[in-house]
Amino acid sequence: MAVGIRTQDLCKTYNSAPPLGAAGGFVARADAKGSKQPKNQIPALDGLSLEVQPGEIFGLLGPNGAGKSTTVGVLTTRVRPTSGVAWIGEHDVWKEPTKVKHLIGVVPQRPNLDFSLTAREILVFHGAYFGIASRVRNERADGLLEKFKLTERGNQMVRGFSGGMMQRLSIARAMMHDPQVLFLDEPSAGLDPQTRILLWEIIREYHQAGKTVLLTTHNMEEADALCQRLAIVDHGHRIALGTPAELKATIPGGFVLRLRFGNQTPELLKKLEGLTGVREVRPVEPAGVDVYADRGGSLISEIANLAVGSGAELSDVHISEPSLENLFLHHTGRSLRD
Amino acid sequence: MNWKTFGAMLARDAHVARRNAIQLILQTFLQPLLFVFVFGKVMVSSGFLPEAYKSLLLPGIISISMVFTGIWAVAMPLIAEFQWTREIEDRLLAPISVGWIAIEKVIAGMLQALIAGLVVIPMAWLVLGRGVQISLGSPWTFALIILLIATFSACGGLALGCTINQQHIGLMFGMVITPMIFFGCTYYPWSALKTFPILQKAVLINPLVYASEGMRATLAPQFSHLPVAAVLGALLFFDILLLVVGLQQFEKKAVS
Repeated sequence: MAVGIRTQDLCKTYNSAPPLGAAGGFVARADAKGSKQPKNQIPALDGLSLEVQPGEIFGLLGPNGAGKSTTVGVLTTRVRPTSGVAWIGEHDVWKEPTKVKHLIGVVPQRPNLDFSLTAREILVFHGAYFGIASRVRNERADGLLEKFKLTERGNQMVRGFSGGMMQRLSIARAMMHDPQVLFLDEPSAGLDPQTRILLWEIIREYHQAGKTVLLTTHNMEEADALCQRLAIVDHGHRIALGTPAELKATIPGGFVLRLRFGNQTPELLKKLEGLTGVREVRPVEPAGVDVYADRGGSLISEIANLAVGSGAELSDVHISEPSLENLFLHHTGRSLRD
Repeated sequence: MNWKTFGAMLARDAHVARRNAIQLILQTFLQPLLFVFVFGKVMVSSGFLPEAYKSLLLPGIISISMVFTGIWAVAMPLIAEFQWTREIEDRLLAPISVGWIAIEKVIAGMLQALIAGLVVIPMAWLVLGRGVQISLGSPWTFALIILLIATFSACGGLALGCTINQQHIGLMFGMVITPMIFFGCTYYPWSALKTFPILQKAVLINPLVYASEGMRATLAPQFSHLPVAAVLGALLFFDILLLVVGLQQFEKKAVS
């Protein structure tokens, strides 16, 4: 039976530097702003509540340091929350960690394969840790090596493996005990396009077998292609939730035109708002403006004419179509890649 | 408690130890055997040290081999796995509570320390040749003492491995290991320090003193040594202390 995931008001403040792959971006930002907060108090999650349905592919989308890896850490028994509760199925992660560990498989952001073992031994020993009988775990290991195109390298030590091979083996290992819930933290980071497509196929196939998948990503294409529902997180809390289509529909107009003018005046902004199809006009520091509209390129000539009329020279234009990137920009005023 | 998982982890450590057997053997036995050769053979046969020194040296060599094998076997992989390769994460995610993973590391370290102790006896004896006078007066006391030494070494490895930063390994050798060896009564009996009364008291905080004196008490009782009861009590104290500290530190490393 499929198993869901739930968190309620999760908060996490690190008292020392967070582990690699968790909340890294926050450290940089806190320092950059010269924040008064003591250096060793690093907030990573700020009241995050989520509910992932059994059998769903759910995505956590956000920039580095948004709290995605910390959320995965809390749900996988590796990061103890400062407050709040997390459940896998009916089990409270922090009251019944051993039961939870039976239900979950985890693919970390950074490969953590056992370098003292061969690829095949990694899978077989992983099976043994989960109490799988010898014959079954050997068969399963061979099947997974085949599926992830690693059979030829099965008896080699993993130290010399490429990043992509390590990533595939990490996923195979996470699937070895056939977990009900699979966590993938930035699964396609650093993968070549071919391997990424193989990975997506495998995730979809796993989901079709009735399993729940939670993945974190800052890749919009991946979130769009894989996830049934998404939560967009930033600074440790949720800023939007829904299907990719629903979320995109919440962007006013859908199109975003990033404009830059030589001499930007309040009158010019007013006039821009008056154009047909323009939904929202937002000034952006230092001298730019984001125009949310339901059309893109056809607006440019009208904008250029307005600029000339107001004595402001249009110096740069960037048009983007409805996307999760725009959604993030709309909610935070920042790009996902910032 | 999940015995299957515990057993599988022990099997993994045994498998890795077998794979690295040659490296482990050199690492464990080369230094003590060279020491035995130089001090027990060269110095004695050239007349700089008396023949009886051979019998005094052997128990010390056994204890130092055991202690450093156990510390090394547990601490070094933990330092690397927690701080750099993060390899230990697959075991942290296995269905067993975190404390038991630490206990498994201790058991694996104890086994290696016991093997090292039992193998170094005949090897060192062979190098020393004739004139070694050791006897096993009380096998049970001997068994208890080597068990306590093995536990001390593995728990010490756990505590060190979860406390020391990777960049401080050199410092650990300079500040902890080297003084421990030289003031561990391995190459001389504790009573030899009587002309340095302050030092003689100060070295009592070094657990290696009790390991060496305990070995001497059970294998070469003809030399003066600390009372067996004091040795047992002190080793038990250090075993418990280091286990508690080690478990706490392990938990801190395992869960952020």
